[in-house]
This record gives sequence, structure tokens and C-alpha cells, in this order.
Amino acid sequence: MNEPALLQAREVRKTFGQIEVLKGIDLTVQQGQVVSLIGASGSGKTTFLRCINLLEEHDGGEILLDGDPVGYTLSGTRRKRLSETKISAQRARLGMVFQQFNLFPHLSAIDNVMLGLTKVQGKGHSEAKDIAQHWLGRVGLAERAGHYPYQLSGGQQQRVAIARAVAMQPRLLLFDEVTSALDPELVAEVLGVMQGLAESGITMLLVSHEMMFVRDVSNHVVFLDQGKVAEAGPPSEIFGNPQNDRLKSFLGRFHGLFGRG
Amino acid sequence: MAPGTFLFEAWQARQSLLSGLGVTMLSSALSIVMATVLGIAMGVVLTFGWWWLRLLARLYVDVMRGLPLLVLILFTYYGLALFGINVPAFWAGVIALGAFATAHVAENFRGAVQSVPAGQMEAAKAIGLTFGKRLTHVILPQAVRRMLPPWVNTALEIVKGTTLLSIIGVVELLLSAQQAMARNYMIIDFYLLTAALYVAINFTLAQLGATLERRYSYLRY
Amino acid sequence: MIDYHFDWSVIARNSGKLGDALLLGLWLAVVSLLIGCVIGLLAAYARVSGKKWLSAPVWAYVEFIRCTPLLLLIFFLYFGLPEFDISFLDKTQSFVLSLSLYAGAYMCEVFRAGLASIPKQYVEAAKAIGMRPWQRQVYVVLPVMFRITLPSIGNNLISLFKDTSLAAAIAVPELTFTARQINANTFRVMEVWLTASALYLASAYLIAMVLRLLERRYASIR
Repeated sequence: MNEPALLQAREVRKTFGQIEVLKGIDLTVQQGQVVSLIGASGSGKTTFLRCINLLEEHDGGEILLDGDPVGYTLSGTRRKRLSETKISAQRARLGMVFQQFNLFPHLSAIDNVMLGLTKVQGKGHSEAKDIAQHWLGRVGLAERAGHYPYQLSGGQQQRVAIARAVAMQPRLLLFDEVTSALDPELVAEVLGVMQGLAESGITMLLVSHEMMFVRDVSNHVVFLDQGKVAEAGPPSEIFGNPQNDRLKSFLGRFHGLFGRG
Repeated sequence: MAPGTFLFEAWQARQSLLSGLGVTMLSSALSIVMATVLGIAMGVVLTFGWWWLRLLARLYVDVMRGLPLLVLILFTYYGLALFGINVPAFWAGVIALGAFATAHVAENFRGAVQSVPAGQMEAAKAIGLTFGKRLTHVILPQAVRRMLPPWVNTALEIVKGTTLLSIIGVVELLLSAQQAMARNYMIIDFYLLTAALYVAINFTLAQLGATLERRYSYLRY
Repeated sequence: MIDYHFDWSVIARNSGKLGDALLLGLWLAVVSLLIGCVIGLLAAYARVSGKKWLSAPVWAYVEFIRCTPLLLLIFFLYFGLPEFDISFLDKTQSFVLSLSLYAGAYMCEVFRAGLASIPKQYVEAAKAIGMRPWQRQVYVVLPVMFRITLPSIGNNLISLFKDTSLAAAIAVPELTFTARQINANTFRVMEVWLTASALYLASAYLIAMVLRLLERRYASIR
């Protein structure tokens, strides 16, 4: 029997009220891969990411993390919703970085990173501090450890948020449009950190509008359109030889970026 | 209805309870009217007065807001008598309550007026309105929505505050109820009855305030 | 009215008594605020629970307290509770119970607004690192809410301190009661009430200063 994929999504569906946002998404992420979701706003990328982390609950299909269904257990064919404790434990296996950083405003940078280590993983204070210090160093903010979020720029806050997520050693790191809320001149420092993480072999699933970055770091790119996977493949195919018309027009908007104007 | 039942005793005490209720309503109404008139005047001073006048008004407002109402009432009551001003306890209480609430109304007035964007005053100046007209035709109509919720709150505090007049011997609702209890020993029942009357008055007042606020809800900035 | 001769020696003679009275008032206010915060927090969670059977009684409690004079509540508990054979409270404890119940209603509103004002992203971030529901409340929601509501908590403390003057009505020897007693014994009306007023004002001002410092200390939320 094969080792299950790290993340396997099959026919994932999600409806908000009358609107079906996800209309059956299939997606696989293997250990060590960097997978990117691209698509116009409203195509369901963010919702899909939030379903993986149970910030939203999908109402059809299945999401398997290391072979375990996310959010429920199966008894026979019936789904039984997991307890909040089990859901929290599942979330702890995933890391997530948000568009709006969402640092805890009452904690300094290092305390933001340490909170999950001590309270969720139960590590001792000094061990957690070492780990946090290490990751703040990796994102280039060792000197800012004692600063509060309001004392940091947007780019610095986002790098702390990345350190907070990656310090937990998640199986998979989710990035939800993490540069969209940043001033243009701060985007590069965050992308630089993400590139470093990708190169160190951390498994990542990201939603991004930074096409150059997506093309350069991804192993696999998925184009979502109106709640469905419209095209998927290696970046060379997606960007070099797109088949789907909607993908072509979507990429057309970024054309200048790829120097083929 | 036999003697000793709540309904009987309440009926027996109806005269004094109603007169107590009347005193509570009257002292509240007088204090609120006094505080509204004087408070708005002082609010104008506080917002637009010359600096020394503003300072005096500020001092008054801060002292009044920093003192317990009961201390104010006792001070007024004993103080007026000391200076040979022989007013009944009722009026000493109304003066103290009114003076207290004046400070709150003035401060709320200032806050509400200053929340009207400065451009409104400038626009009113630009079309040549005098100060009084700028205030009554442009600023106050816009400030009224911000003034209403705290004004209702102040009115509520006044109604509750009239119970303190019982301490200087004014037979308002609370004291009249206590006098009835001294005769019939129905302590729980009569306190609950009194509380129900206060809740009825104040809840009505609060609802009235909410209605008025909705009435002015088209003012948004 | 001009020929009033001040004689401040009456204050000097009673300074110890007045000092004790002031401290008692401050103590009553602080204790009532703390108990009121506990009541208010539980009540606020009940209000936002979305369960009618929890939120409706709390709504009734808050509205009842807001519409009822504090003095009535004080009398009711002091004279009424013994009717229920609850007589283990002395007058000071009975007053603290009244003021705490009173404070609880106001703190409930403060905390309810505080809970409502916390951006849901913070909770999501806490979820994302795998925190359990109670951990999200204890380590994220409550600390943030505490900082947001600190100014309101402070204003409530000052209000409660002023409200401790009502303890005089059941002969708790706080500042107003003591001042009234000295007034009755000496008839030095001006000296006594000016001193009491000054002490109340100075204390309120002092509390405000301390709170300003505390707020600066916790000013990490902008």
C-alpha cells in the first residue's frame, strides 16, 4: 500500500447561503512540495485554504491530512464531527499565515512565536524561547524580538507571523495572500523569507497573486476558476503553455511581468 | 383581602406611596429641567467661552463630577442652613441634584458639539450667520443626536439620585415605602414594589430615549 | 453669611478617623470592583453565548440594576436578606454585596462591548496555531479585551468609589458617614464638608492618575 499523500482533497464543496463557492476541488500535496493556488478573486482559493485548516467547514467531499479526514471521523459511512479538542490538535499540525498578519496585539514578537510552543505543544519556557529566537533569526528579526506588533512595519509583522507558524514545525504551511495587505516596497522581504523556507524543504500550499514568485518557487500550480480546478500542472506548463481560455486571459493581466509583453 | 396580606397593606399605604412617588417625580423633573437649561448654558461657555470663563466652567464641571452626589446633597443641606438660607430639605436636594447634573449635561454638550465636523461651523460662518444662529440652526440640530443618549443617562441617574433625598428627610418614594414597612413589617414585598416602580419609571425613560435617538438617526457623521 | 469663622482644628483632631474612613471607602470600592468584574465577565459571556435561556436572565439582571437606585439595593439586601434567614453578613459585607451586584451589571455591559470589539482574526490566528477554545479565551481574547476595556474599568472604579458614600446610610464608617458624624458633634459644617470634598476629589484624581499609568503600561493595542 502506498504512503498516503500529505494532503489529499477530493471533490471538496462549500456553500455560503445560496452561493456555492467550492464546486468540487481535487488537489494533492506531496511531502516537500510547494503548491500554489492562483485565480481571480472570488474563485474560492482562500475559502479552500480555510477549509483545510477548519476555519471553515467543507460540506461535501473530503480533505485528508496524512490519510486522516479533517474535521470528522468515519464510523462506517457516517461522518462524526470531531470534538473541539481533536480539531485543535489537527490544526496544530498545520501552520497558517494570514493576509492581515493577525499577530496577537498584546504580545511582543517573541511571545507571539512562543505562545503556541508553550501552550499548545507544552514546551518549557526556555526551550520555546530558543526555538522562537531561532526562527525570528531566520526571518531576519532577531533584533526585534521584544517589539510589539504596533512597533513593527507590515512586512516585519508578516515575517513574525511566518515565524510563529513555522516554529510549530507544521506538516504543511498554508499561506493566504500574505503579501496582499503590504505596501509594495515591503513585499520583497516577505517573499524572500518564503523562498528561503521553500528551499529548505518545508511543504507549503500558498494562495498568491505574485505570479513571478509562484512561477519561481512552485512545484505545482493549480488555477481555480469559479470554484473549480480549471487547470493544473508544473509552472512551466501553466505559465509557458496555458490551455484553458480563462487561464490565458487571467495570465494576460500579468503579461508585462514575464517580459514577454 | 385580609390585613397582613401584601395587597391589603399596599392598599393601606397607597396614599403615602403615591405622595412619595409624586415627590420623586417632581424633584426629578425640577432637577432635570434645571440641569438641562443651566447645563446647556454652561456647555456653551465650556466650548466657546473666553479662556478664563472656560477655565471656571471646567473647574466647576470637574469638581461636580468628582464628588459623590450624597456629599453634595449633605453639604448643600447643612451649608444653606448655616448661612441662614432657610430652604426646606426638598429644595436643598433639588438644588444639589440640579447642580450635579448641570455639570454632566455641560460636559456632554461640549462633547457633542465638538463632534460636529469643524467644516460645519466654517460653512455657517461663510454664509454670514451670527454666532447664535450658527449655534441654533447649524450646530445644535446636528449635535442633538449625540447629546440624547447621555442626556437620558443623566436623567436616569437623577431619578435614582432622588432616593438620596431620603437621607436628609425628604419623604420621597423610598422613604415613604420604608415608613410603610415600619408599620407592616413587609420588608421584602415593599422593597420589591418600590423597585418595580423605579424600574417602570426608568425603563420608560430609557425607551423614550431610544425612540428619540432613532428619530434623529438620519444624522450621521 | 460673612461672619463664619473657620476653625480647622476640628479636622486636625479627627484626621486619623477621616484617614481610616477614606481608606475604608477605597477598599470597599476595590473589592466591589473585583467581585463585580467576575460577575460581569460571567454575565458578559452569558450574554454573547447565543443561548436564550442564558442571555435573557442576564439581560433582565442588567436592566433591573440599571433602573434601580443603588440605595434601594443597599437597603433591600441589608434589611431584606435577614428576612430570608440570611444573616451572616455584617453591614459592611452586606454593602459590598450590594455594590458588587451593582458593579457587575455595569461591568457586564463593559465586557460585552469589549468582547464584541475584538477582531475575529485574532481568534482565527489562535485557532490556526491549534489552541483549544478555552486557551483562545484565556491567552488571546481576555488579555486583549482587558486592554481595550481598561479605561472603562477605571471609570467604573472611580464611580464605585463615589458610590461608597451610600454606605453611610447603613452606618458603615466610611468618609461620608464619618464626616456627617463629626458635623453633628461639632457643627463645623464648612470645615468638615470642604475636607470631605477635597478628600474625595483628590482620591478620584489619584485613581485617575494611576489608571493613566496603567493604560500606558498596557498601550500595546492601537
